[in-house]
Amino acid sequence: MKTGTQDEAPPAAATGRDTVCTVRGLVRTYPAGSGARRRPGLRRGGAAADAAPVRASDGIDLDVRRGELFGILGPNGAGKTTLVRQLTGLLRPDAGRIDVLGHDLVRHPDRAARLIGYLGQESTALDELTVALAAETTGRLRGLDATAARAARDAVLDELELGPLAGRPIKRLSGGQRRLACFAATLVGERPVLVLDEPTTGMDPVARRAVWAAVGRRRSEHGTTVLLVTHNVIEAETVLDRVAVLDAGRVIACDTPAGLRALVADEVRLDLVWRDEPPLDLPAVAALRPLADVSGRRWTLRLPHARARATMADLTGGPAYPWLDDITLAAPSLEDVYLALGGRAKGLVKS
Amino acid sequence: MTVIAQSGPGPGQGGIAAPAAGGPAQAPAELAPRARLWPAFAAVYRAQLSRARVARIPLLFVATFQSVGIMIMMRGVVDAGDGEAARAVVAGSSVLVVAFVALNLLAQYFGQLRASGGLDHYATLPVPPASVVLGAAGAYASFTVPGTLLTAVAGCVLFHLTLTTVWVLAVVIPLAGAALSGLGAALGLLAPRQEIATLLGQLGMSAALLLGVLPASHLPEVIRWARDLLPSTYGVQAFARTLGGSAHTDWAAVAGDLSVCAGVGVVSLGVATWAYRRAACR
Repeated sequence: MKTGTQDEAPPAAATGRDTVCTVRGLVRTYPAGSGARRRPGLRRGGAAADAAPVRASDGIDLDVRRGELFGILGPNGAGKTTLVRQLTGLLRPDAGRIDVLGHDLVRHPDRAARLIGYLGQESTALDELTVALAAETTGRLRGLDATAARAARDAVLDELELGPLAGRPIKRLSGGQRRLACFAATLVGERPVLVLDEPTTGMDPVARRAVWAAVGRRRSEHGTTVLLVTHNVIEAETVLDRVAVLDAGRVIACDTPAGLRALVADEVRLDLVWRDEPPLDLPAVAALRPLADVSGRRWTLRLPHARARATMADLTGGPAYPWLDDITLAAPSLEDVYLALGGRAKGLVKS
Repeated sequence: MTVIAQSGPGPGQGGIAAPAAGGPAQAPAELAPRARLWPAFAAVYRAQLSRARVARIPLLFVATFQSVGIMIMMRGVVDAGDGEAARAVVAGSSVLVVAFVALNLLAQYFGQLRASGGLDHYATLPVPPASVVLGAAGAYASFTVPGTLLTAVAGCVLFHLTLTTVWVLAVVIPLAGAALSGLGAALGLLAPRQEIATLLGQLGMSAALLLGVLPASHLPEVIRWARDLLPSTYGVQAFARTLGGSAHTDWAAVAGDLSVCAGVGVVSLGVATWAYRRAACR
């Protein structure tokens, strides 16, 4: 089995481990028009308007190693959910190979349920159950007997501090609490691989910490491998071991967050927020306009270090300063990496 | 049930085969056990039943009020006392509760679950498709018990029919419930869109209402054929036959009607299970 055949060299931290999940040449095409809209797993902006079939997975190769917290990062419509739906046996690829722990999941998609715990984006099947019953039922349906399911339910609800909400129906909870309850159900009945599709959406920091602590515990105690889908750059940078950056159904980079940031290490990001209209009659400002990524009153510039320092000095010491509301110089984030690699869509979030 | 991969600390647990680190050959990992049919059915049934507390109670009232309302209305045109018309009204209204909940509401539920991606939850668990379909169908059929009983008793009192054979509902409800909930589940899972699932459920219930409540001999022949095609008809007939009292009941015909319900139930639940499998993995 090959490891580290990505665009980038494998990071030192991940070598010497066996591969848990191998994906080769994965292709999944949706028919153009209403066909793409019909499928709930696919969220592609404007896909329905395209005449050509949409390649939601366009030749994806991945290697995920045992015990890794591996991220799939990309904006909405990049094909993240389509990819994980194929990994979890919900969607059949048109071509390619998926191997999880020695099992061919393209030929035997039914085995995915016996290897992978999956947290999808939808909770409609659990919405009208209480938190406790959702967890217990999911455990029963993962093959636990009644006693084991109840014990696992209690342990997980305690771990995630959901005890006080145990008797409440999931649909009456807030968005973040609902997500946490569904995450709890995913954990009942241990699996060697967890696939989590945007698990922390809508959660407050306390709930997020509970999620990452629970994930960490399973990795250290059971060697659980975790695949995380996210469009949140900050989360990707702080929790992931490695990250595959997806754009339009292709992996455009795969490395550790630090390794990816090193790709744009010679650049820094300069954010300018103008009080009102920017003074374009000033030559220093006019010269920056073509380089800026404009979003309302905010200009984002990605500049080499020296140029950024000079620009900073020009702006703070020059006539443009009174027009400025805020000025920030920052190290590049994964969003900058994504854009530098030719990522086409916007929609990565930083919160 | 054996519980592998669910407990026990330490790396190498959790159903993972433990090959030498970096070893070239990797034996396939041990798979976690599947959920077995009946325990999984019981878990789904229990979960679905609990939803009644959250979501279904108002609709159960609607089902009962609708049937009782129809009987009160029909009392104006149908004489009380044992007769074909009175029996048809009471039996038809009682089975209408089953059609409302098991056919109409279940078709809507599965239609909504499918459209919203809720089926993914079950599809990513190692659970037999039949347990999901039977569990939901069983729960919806159970939801109809109080309303059907209430309607039958109210109807018998209103139309001066005997209450001595109401026990036959203990057989009619499960068998008509199986037939109609199987049909509802199949419609909900096969309809290409959620709105169509809702529409089909409503139409099925309307057909059960129109063709079930009116006595068969008053209907034109074409309509009678349509009536014979509707599974709820056989539940209505079975119950109607007994409403004259045990002594005047043709029990062989009752058994015949009920076996039609059972047969339709087996087929429709089979179709629904197939439809679920088809809807869950694309």
